[in-house]
Amino acid sequence: MNRDINKLKEIAVEVRKNIIKMLTESQSGHPGGSLSAVEILTSLYFSEMKVDPNNPKWEDRDRFILSKGHAAPVLYAVLAEKGFFDKSELMTLRKIDSNLQGHPSIKNTPGVDMSTGSLGQGLSVANGMALAGKLDNKDYRVYILLGDGELEEGQVWEAAMTAAHYKLDNVTAFVDFNGLQIDGPCTQVMNVTPIADKFRAFGWNVIEIDGHDYNQIFDAIDKAKSTKGMPTMIVAKTVKGKGVSFMENQVGWHGTAPSKEQCEQALQELGGAING
Amino acid sequence: MANLATREAYGKVLVELGKENKNIVVLDADLSKSTKTADFAKAFPERFFNVGIAEADLIGTAAGLSTCGKIPFASTFAMFAAGRAFEQIRNSVCYPKLNVKIAATHAGLTVGEDGASHQSVEDIAIMRSIPNMTVICPADDVETMAAVKAASEYYGPVYIRLGRSSVPTINDRPEYKFEIGKAVLLKEGKDVSIFATGIMVSEALKAAEELQKEGIDAEVINIHTIKPIDEEAVVNSVKKTKAAVTCEEHNIIGGLGSAVCEVLSEKCPAVVKRVGIKDTFGESGKPAELLKKYGLTKDEIIKAAKEAVAAK
Repeated sequence: MNRDINKLKEIAVEVRKNIIKMLTESQSGHPGGSLSAVEILTSLYFSEMKVDPNNPKWEDRDRFILSKGHAAPVLYAVLAEKGFFDKSELMTLRKIDSNLQGHPSIKNTPGVDMSTGSLGQGLSVANGMALAGKLDNKDYRVYILLGDGELEEGQVWEAAMTAAHYKLDNVTAFVDFNGLQIDGPCTQVMNVTPIADKFRAFGWNVIEIDGHDYNQIFDAIDKAKSTKGMPTMIVAKTVKGKGVSFMENQVGWHGTAPSKEQCEQALQELGGAING
Repeated sequence: MANLATREAYGKVLVELGKENKNIVVLDADLSKSTKTADFAKAFPERFFNVGIAEADLIGTAAGLSTCGKIPFASTFAMFAAGRAFEQIRNSVCYPKLNVKIAATHAGLTVGEDGASHQSVEDIAIMRSIPNMTVICPADDVETMAAVKAASEYYGPVYIRLGRSSVPTINDRPEYKFEIGKAVLLKEGKDVSIFATGIMVSEALKAAEELQKEGIDAEVINIHTIKPIDEEAVVNSVKKTKAAVTCEEHNIIGGLGSAVCEVLSEKCPAVVKRVGIKDTFGESGKPAELLKKYGLTKDEIIKAAKEAVAAK
C-alpha cells in the first residue's frame, strides 16, 4: 500500500485541524489524546489496513479498535477523511441525534468496528476478532490502540495473557504512550511503567518507537506482520496534544474543548485558516 | 419423572447445536467441568476457548468473536458473569447489541455448600435492567435445551440462567413449545395466578395441586423469559384471577416479582405476593435445606396464594 510520507503528513494536518474544529464546535471532548494518536491512525487507515469505505462491514477487512475510546475525534476525523462518511458530519460531534457519539459506537458510525469508551475492554474484543479470523482461515489483521493510562485497567492484562496464550500473531496493538492521564502524569497517578517490559513478560513481541515518526511506525507494523506465534505490542512514545503548542504535554487538555480564540491559534499553528 | 440439572442439559444441547452450526463457539473461565461446557470442548476443541479465571476477558472475547459472525456461548457461574463482568456485558455486548449468549450456571441458593459468596441472588435484576438484553430462566432440562437452541437462532444478547442442582422434568410432553418471550400456561385456574420461573416452577405446580384440595383454583404460568416478559399472559391471567403470586430463586427485589409488579401496576393493578429470597444473602448448606430456610418451597407458595386470595 502507498506509504507516501509527505502525503500522510498532509493528511495528518487535515486530521488535526478537524479534531480542533470538531471539539470547538461541540465545546466538549478530548483533544490531548486525540492529537497524540494522529500518526498512528493515519498510518493504519491510509497506508496499511485493508478497508473499504463503501463496504464498512466487509468480512475480510482489517479491523481497528480504538480501545481508548475518548480519542473518538481522531478516529472520526480519519474515517471521514477516508470517505466512510461526509466530512460535514464531523461538526455534529457529541450533539443530539448525531452519528458521532462522544465515544465510538458500532451502531452509529460507519467504519467503527467496536463500541468503546469504558476503558480496558478493547483488547479482549480484538482477541475475539483474531480468534474468529484464525478459525475461518482469514488473513485479516486486528489493530488496536490503547492508552497508557488505560493499562491500569485489570482487564487489559487478562486480555494480554489470552492473546499470548492463543498465539494471536494477527493482533497488533499500539500503546499511545503520551504519559498523561486525567489526574496527572501516569507515573504519579499509578505508575504503568515499564510498559515494554510488562508486555514482554506477558509473552508479547514488543517494539518501542516514536509514535509521531511514520518510518518507525511502518517499520514496527512490518515487524509485527512478520512475527509468528505471538501478538505484537508497539509502545509508541507520543506527545499529548501534539501539534498545538499550548496543548502539548498539558494534563489540562485531556478533556477540555478549546475556545474560539484558542481554536484560531491552534489552526494557525497547524497551518490552516479557521474555515480552511 | 426425570431429574436433571439445567446445566447438564446445557452441556448436552451445546454439543448438538455445535454439530449443526459451525459458527457456534463456546468460551469458559476455568469452570468448564462445572458449567458443562467441557462436553463441547471435547467434541469441538478448536471452537472452545478457555480464557482462564478472567470473566471480563471472557465477555470481551465473546463480543469480538460475535462481530465476525460467530455465535459465542460464554459460560461461568452467574455470580461472576452478571456480577464481575456486568460492565463488559453492558458496554461490550448490549450497547453494541452483539450476538453473544451468556449461559450462567450455579445461579441462586442451590449452589449449596459453597455459600453466599457463590450464590447469585441478584443476577436477574442486574441483567434485566440492561437495554437490549433478553433474560431466560428455564425450568427444567427440556426447557433448557429448547431455550439454548432458541437463543442460538435469535440475533442479540441473551442471558440464560441455569442451576447446579437437579430439578424435576416438567415439560416432557409432545405439545411443549418454547418461544422467547412467550409464557407457558401449565395449569388453568380462576382464583389466583401463580407466576414462577426456573426451579420454582415445579414447586408452583405442587402448590397448585394442594391448593386445589383446599378449594383454591390456582393458575400456574411458567415465565421462562423474564425479559421481555409476556405482558399479555400476565395481564390476561390476573384480569381473571384478580390476585397474583410470584416465585423465583432470586431476591424479591428486581427479579420476576418486580417484573410482574411492573406490568400489573400499569395494566391491571392487583395484590401481588412475592415468594423469593427476602433481600438477604444465603449461606452454606444443602440445596433443599437452603430452599426451606429461605422460604422457597411449595408451602410458602401456598401461604402466599392464600394471602393473595384473602386480600382480593
